[in-house]
Amino acid sequence: MFPAECRFTKDHEWIRDDGGQHTVGITAFAAEQLGDVTYVELPEPGSRLSAGDTAASVESVKAASDVYAPAGGEVCEVNEALDGKPELVNQDPYGEGWFFKLSDVDADELEQLMDAAAYEQFVGEHSE
Amino acid sequence: MQLIFEKSRPGRRAAQFDALDVPEASLPPALCRAEPAELPEVSELDVVRHFTQLSQQNFGVDSNFYPLGSCTMKYNPKLAEAVAAYPGFSELHPHLSTCPAFRGLCQGALELVYETEQALAEIAGMRKVSLQPIAGAHGELTGALLMAAYHRDKGNAKDTMLVPDSAHGTNPASAAIAGFKVVQVASAADGTIRLDAVKEALNESVAGLMLTCPNTHGLFEPRVREIADLLHESDALLYYDGANLNAIMGHARPGDLGFDVMHFNLHKTFGTPHGMGGPGSGPVGVGERLEAFLPGPRVVCEGGRYDLETPAKSIGKVAAFFGNFLIAVRACAYIRHLGGPGLKEASENAVLNANYVFARLKGTYQPAFESGFMHECVFSAAPQAKAGVRALDIAKALLDYGLHAPTVYFPLTVRESLMIEPTETESKDTLDAFCDAMIEIAGKAESDPDSLHAAPRTMPVGRLDEVRAARQLDCSC
Repeated sequence: MFPAECRFTKDHEWIRDDGGQHTVGITAFAAEQLGDVTYVELPEPGSRLSAGDTAASVESVKAASDVYAPAGGEVCEVNEALDGKPELVNQDPYGEGWFFKLSDVDADELEQLMDAAAYEQFVGEHSE
Repeated sequence: MQLIFEKSRPGRRAAQFDALDVPEASLPPALCRAEPAELPEVSELDVVRHFTQLSQQNFGVDSNFYPLGSCTMKYNPKLAEAVAAYPGFSELHPHLSTCPAFRGLCQGALELVYETEQALAEIAGMRKVSLQPIAGAHGELTGALLMAAYHRDKGNAKDTMLVPDSAHGTNPASAAIAGFKVVQVASAADGTIRLDAVKEALNESVAGLMLTCPNTHGLFEPRVREIADLLHESDALLYYDGANLNAIMGHARPGDLGFDVMHFNLHKTFGTPHGMGGPGSGPVGVGERLEAFLPGPRVVCEGGRYDLETPAKSIGKVAAFFGNFLIAVRACAYIRHLGGPGLKEASENAVLNANYVFARLKGTYQPAFESGFMHECVFSAAPQAKAGVRALDIAKALLDYGLHAPTVYFPLTVRESLMIEPTETESKDTLDAFCDAMIEIAGKAESDPDSLHAAPRTMPVGRLDEVRAARQLDCSC
């Protein structure tokens, strides 16, 4: 149900190793809970984030939520397409709906995050 | 309904002027528009009908039941409107108060400010109140600035505000605007704040905690005294968001519970207009610790004469004059008319009405919490959502019954939340009509979900495309 190549946080972000750089977004579960996304605020390219820092925010007609950095690193690219097409977050959360990319990510920090099976169980426990 | 521009006909006018009987003078070309302004050309009757029809499309508490949770959309008594219209109040120039020579001409108005502040202080168990803030969130910001001033004065290096996840969204925003870092504190499964989470978050950098009580789950926080003691041990302050004061008037006073600073929403608790621009009013109340920092100038009374004075360490003005003065007049009329026993009865009936609705609906909708609701009750439409009917569909369907929707998708801690606050001013007949409609809608959610997706059908406009409205912000058309 959730992509095996990603790691997940309790705040419903995913992070994926894309060959040196790490791509970050929010999970399909988070996008579904938010409803139609209307606006995404992204971090400044070049900014340094620690794990748990507020990195971005996402707004829907229902609510506005912060998106946290799943791991520390430097923001090397942001998904500018979300500026005009925030619906990509709902349509393709693990693909075109990505938020930003991090370089210099510490592999040890990733180890502490949930894998797909653990996240699926976590969502199951919290969605009733 | 047509726009007034679509009703425009060339040459049609609402006013007639006499023939020009003085020499015509021309304006300097630099001051003239290149093209004539595009204004509707309509008759007086066109204008009257247009705006009368617009007003008839309004969905307000004077025409319909309005159980918007966390908003206290109670009836605004017309007595208060009549008092606010007295020329002695409504035609007063505010600068009469600022000029000492004229202060004698507005003693009645100054007395009203003084008395209203005292009445609010007594209701909430606070030392002093300032009427200046002109909205609830403005009151929060003022309160947060007062907390910052207190810590600055004492040389405390405190820059963090704790806010429970059951708080109003304005709390973290107000704290952030006042310059604080905001840290969220989690609620327990029973919907109240977790004492161990407060302990965990508490350290030397914490300036205060902002608490709503009853909270936005509609539940009374039973551990306020312990939270207050914990905060005070490290010289942090406890803020009371007065949004839900309507549940406890005459039964519990924030000052007695240990709160140091608070705001009132006159447009919620004290029956002044709410919605459509109000205007609102969010007076702040303070205990002993923050008295010296209140906004100024303040009305003081010496030997029967009302004068102005600014507290020694005042944070200054947060609004012109005394805030929304005519709203304070309405609130004063409301408080004086009901009196202490009446205010207490208002709270009791608000709680009774919410619990009546809860009792009638808890078999049909999933209660967000087991029990303990005060003036509002919260349900989750998650079971209905699984069948394809979301809280939003239920909200829109209610409009076709002539009932305003409850608050939906708030509090954020409850999925598909429906938050119902009937207020004390509704009769059992109205509550029954609402509950009957809710139960009928739940039935349709099972038998004919598509009929709810198309709601509302009887309103001037159907289902609005809220997503497109939010994505394509274009206000220039």
